[in-house]
Amino acid sequence: MTGARDIRNGEALALEEVPVVGFEEFRRPLLEGGSRLAALFGRRLEGRTRLLAVSARAETGSLVVAATDVGERYPALTPELPEAHLFEREIFEQTGARPEGHPWLKPVRFPSGGAGTADFFRVEGEEVHEVAVGPVHAGVIEPGHFRFQCHGEEVHHLEISLGYQHRGVERALRGGPDKRTIHLVETLAGDTTIGHASAACAVLEALSGTRAPARAHALRAVALELERIANHAGDLGALANDVGYLPSASFCGRLRGDFLNLTALLCGSRFGRGLVRPGGVGFDVEAERARDALSRLEGALEDLARAVALLWETPSVLSRFEEAGRVSREAAEEMGLVGVAARACGLERDVRQEFPWGMYRFSQVPISVAGTGDVLARAQVRWLEIQRSAAFVRDHLRRLPAGPVRAAVGGLAPHRLAVSLVEGWRGEICHVAITDGAGRFASYKVVDPSFHNWTGLALAMRGQPISDFPLCNKSFNLSYCGFDL
Amino acid sequence: MLRALLARLRQGHRTIAFPDGAPALPDRFRGLPEVDPSRCPLECRACAEACPTNAISTGAGRVAVDLGRCLFCTECVDACPGDAIHHTSEYRMATRSREALLLEGGPLDRARALEERALRLFGRSLKLRQVSAGGCNACEADVNVLNTVVFDLGRFGVQFVASPRHADGLLVTGAISRNMELALRKTWEAVPPPKIVIAVGACAISGGPYVDHPEVLNGASAVVPVDLFVPGCPPHPLTILDGILRLLGRIGSGERTLPPPR
Ligand code: SF4
Repeated sequence: MTGARDIRNGEALALEEVPVVGFEEFRRPLLEGGSRLAALFGRRLEGRTRLLAVSARAETGSLVVAATDVGERYPALTPELPEAHLFEREIFEQTGARPEGHPWLKPVRFPSGGAGTADFFRVEGEEVHEVAVGPVHAGVIEPGHFRFQCHGEEVHHLEISLGYQHRGVERALRGGPDKRTIHLVETLAGDTTIGHASAACAVLEALSGTRAPARAHALRAVALELERIANHAGDLGALANDVGYLPSASFCGRLRGDFLNLTALLCGSRFGRGLVRPGGVGFDVEAERARDALSRLEGALEDLARAVALLWETPSVLSRFEEAGRVSREAAEEMGLVGVAARACGLERDVRQEFPWGMYRFSQVPISVAGTGDVLARAQVRWLEIQRSAAFVRDHLRRLPAGPVRAAVGGLAPHRLAVSLVEGWRGEICHVAITDGAGRFASYKVVDPSFHNWTGLALAMRGQPISDFPLCNKSFNLSYCGFDL
Repeated sequence: MLRALLARLRQGHRTIAFPDGAPALPDRFRGLPEVDPSRCPLECRACAEACPTNAISTGAGRVAVDLGRCLFCTECVDACPGDAIHHTSEYRMATRSREALLLEGGPLDRARALEERALRLFGRSLKLRQVSAGGCNACEADVNVLNTVVFDLGRFGVQFVASPRHADGLLVTGAISRNMELALRKTWEAVPPPKIVIAVGACAISGGPYVDHPEVLNGASAVVPVDLFVPGCPPHPLTILDGILRLLGRIGSGERTLPPPR
């Protein structure tokens, strides 16, 4: 292919090797199929906007990078490539380049304030009513605004308007790396500290030509899987809670804490703060500590298995999970869903298998899929993943590679681009960094899995009773802060 | 049904004895930082320079750490050439004032109980509305944990409610994004007086890792008066619980006994 460059996950290349092609040549490969859009963003350059696309091609395990320059307006990709819809809104918001023909060109994060002040899609007609919820919600939950168009109980359309957590992280990352960089990425989404920090470290290491030691890769992967187990366990409990099945709700709530405490055993922080560091990890795990972690893991898993088994055995739970919030496989593919939400629709998307990095190049985790695309499927995928992650953690804690846990990281090479993908517990995390002539970040793009998946929740609600919103919402459990950046 | 009961039996009793029993914290837990300035090499500013949020100031043989900005990372400890700074396992760090969080060698002036009237009102029953406003959701997660059987916040009469109209106060997390300023103000106004505000986490106290970003207001105090500051990034659930119980006079020196029920 002439119009694009292929790289591997976690690789860097010279900026001049990324061809800047004409718009048609940029557009065509994106529409060809066989790949999904991992990132699409714009950078203001003098008098123009440079669009950069990273598409993930599972068949070859490669990431295809392409660029084109556009002026004040360009023909929107969205009508032919629906998964680009939010990316193009973001491009418009961040650079001013207008995707002509975009069906719903609205702000994404309201970076200059006034979140939520925009026109919402409305269904007109007698007996149609609108329900507006948020930004402040009834529970201890992040802020967001939900606008439902209902006919009686039935939801015809849900529009989700976010940006309330916008705190300028991408902007602040530009000009780095500096002493705040790692802390900013650790807090992109606090429940995904390991996931985002791993993605950022891969980028930093690629750009500086650093090789993190094998032991560090193993510990990062162990921490990533522990993060997955803890969050999935919490989500299964939350789902039980939303259908009023309190035994599993309270067991899982406690067990989530036990898994978080395992991460705290490794590094002192329940969320893994300080563990993943450029060049490796900040804490080593001695044999004694690994043994302790293993035995605590087994205990918690046994209890979890019992708590989750109750869910599958309880008809009233199953009847609430089944058919609720269904997303079709086609819709999931079209909208570019990732992670648990995609796999629950039968899509075999998992960065660990498709674009393996670090430890996952040597050690595979099978992809967990389910077929029905409903709440039940999303719950089943979570439980399958917990078991497979547990097997992975067990395996690796037992035979950690010997050697150091951290390598020194030098300065970043100038004028380069690096991409890293990580399968976080919600799904695909993508970081793209570009350095300037001095080896500083000229651009730092973060795509949290929630950026792809909020639309999935909106689709899942179509034709559902509005009273099922909490349940459907929990079955996706998406991040507001990861989206808002 | 029978299986549910059996599972219940196996799960056992899981609520910690807090505040009566000693809490189990991991050995690598990073609590209250402790500085020994006598170990500082002359003119050394390594810790201050390494700190991501500029929480440390040095000068005249003194090292001051602003707990309100501190992320409890390890940068200062790693940077120090003289082993002068380290984290203790002390998790009790909540204060009643922003100033009290500035540690300059003296003991931490931990949160004291509310004033008589407020204590009479809230001491046995405190309903809180949570407002999340420009953070990373880790504080929210560890606030939520207080509702699990492990901490069982309800046994202290503290509860999160769905409406500010039903609340005695707010528990605020996040650096207060400009996009949440209005919502926070309106929520606060909707709480009937007298009311209290609890700021949880470095973000809500000072802006945390986002301090001085133009997109945020550097914490809750910019919008509402704060009665309790709980440092941490995020604070350990026990740090939050300890702070709330101190505020309610259930723990702590200068403790006021609860007014007799009437
Ligand atoms: S532990 Fe606190 S004071 Fe020390 S460097 Fe980190 S944020 Fe700064």
